[in-house]
Amino acid sequence: MEEIINVSGRAVPHIYPHLEIWGTPIALYLFFGGLAAGLLFFSSFFYLKGKADTMPMTVKVAPIIAPIIIILGLMLLLYDLHHVLYFWQLFLHFRIESPMSWGAWTLSIIMIPAILWPLSYLDDIIEYLKENKPKCKMIGLFSWANNLIKNLPLIPKVLDIFTKNRAAVAYVTIGLSIALGVYTGILLSAFNARPLWNTAILGPLFLTSGVSTAAALLMWMSNDHKERTLYSKIDLILIAIELFFIVHMFMGFLSSGIAQVEAAQLLLGGPYTVFFWVLVVGMGLVLPAILEIMELRGYHIPIAIPAFLILMGGLLFRFIMVYAGQASGFHIL
Amino acid sequence: MRYAMAMDTRKCVGCSDCVVACQTENNVPLGYCRDWIVEAVKGTYPDTVQMHFKSERCMHCENTPCVRTCPTGASHVIDGGIVKVTHDECIGCGACIESCPYDARYVHPEGYVDKCTFCDHRLEQGLNTACVDVCPTSCLIFGDLDDPKSDVSKILQEKDWYVLAPEAGTNPQLYFLK
Repeated sequence: MEEIINVSGRAVPHIYPHLEIWGTPIALYLFFGGLAAGLLFFSSFFYLKGKADTMPMTVKVAPIIAPIIIILGLMLLLYDLHHVLYFWQLFLHFRIESPMSWGAWTLSIIMIPAILWPLSYLDDIIEYLKENKPKCKMIGLFSWANNLIKNLPLIPKVLDIFTKNRAAVAYVTIGLSIALGVYTGILLSAFNARPLWNTAILGPLFLTSGVSTAAALLMWMSNDHKERTLYSKIDLILIAIELFFIVHMFMGFLSSGIAQVEAAQLLLGGPYTVFFWVLVVGMGLVLPAILEIMELRGYHIPIAIPAFLILMGGLLFRFIMVYAGQASGFHIL
Repeated sequence: MRYAMAMDTRKCVGCSDCVVACQTENNVPLGYCRDWIVEAVKGTYPDTVQMHFKSERCMHCENTPCVRTCPTGASHVIDGGIVKVTHDECIGCGACIESCPYDARYVHPEGYVDKCTFCDHRLEQGLNTACVDVCPTSCLIFGDLDDPKSDVSKILQEKDWYVLAPEAGTNPQLYFLK
């Protein structure tokens, strides 16, 4: 009988399994990052298209979610740091080769427009909510915040300057939001030692997925038929691009070295196959695409179903990539 | 100067003295290690079954993915090609751990990432690393590859060797003698 037994002295609980290094917080952080990037992208893009009044949900109301989920994501990231009291070291250095350094700076810069954009629209947000969701409990909170801000020194002036230069801010925000969306993928693809991550297509793939989750959320939140149809169509295009990228990701792996082939096999027959193909590709991309096509053809389908499926698909995709990536590696025994 | 280590897999008996010497010398906390023994059994019983040991640690690669991905510059390379971590700059994000093909790093209980330093504090005093000095079978050979007369240069000239996961492209500097 052929014997292969490898025993490593590293196999002690504190060192192995390495799988514990990155887990749920990172997956959630990548999801929130991509979603926020998409929301900011759409708000700036449609503002520049002159749709501020015809698509108030996209341009004015939904961006309020972006700073909240960015902060939530950053808190998860801080929670995941092992030497958290030294986190400020991130902002004493800029390392051009390290995607995490780029990400830390991109996130802190994008926070400025992400916070100021919804603040400068608070009047419109309150008005929108009163018109469309008069029972919403947030109206009181927003009105209180609005009054508070107006009575503070300096801030109304800053918001005034911001409003006057909104078009310029929108151009910058579009750039930053694309950088943020790409970063959520590049963060993983920088690791040579994890072959499943080590592919440049992860950047555009995560960007597309992030923007598609944002489109799904906007489709869900909007109550304007035209806006919904538009996002339905946008989502269909993004899903097609995502599938295209996924196919190319596997083509790249399967034509590469043994470590990359084995990494791809984690999703092609390996332990993550069902999760990836049934939950992410099937339920998260193909099924919502079919539902949206039916909807566009005139069948009545509650918009919440495809929107929810796309959001869940995006979230699960990040979980699977984070965990499966760490299961891939080189043969070192 | 280019420090490197050769490890004779034929001489090693897997006693783990190098591991304990390192833990003692570098105050490695209980339950952790900077170097470790790998025991590999391969072949068909009873004819060709073979067992050999390897003493492994950070490979102090020439191409260092851990230094590249570090967001703060805590991971860095010092003179002689030794890869080190500045504890006060490390935020414990785990990027270097993810980028190491050899899984040579671990998170210290105090939060920062820790690893083999080739005992640079001993090298400064003209000593060898703790693991080399303590090895009872002298299977670890340490020295400067830029010096053709050093023990490690000579033995790598004389004997056949291999490195782990060369396909990872990191150009590791821990050589295993066949």
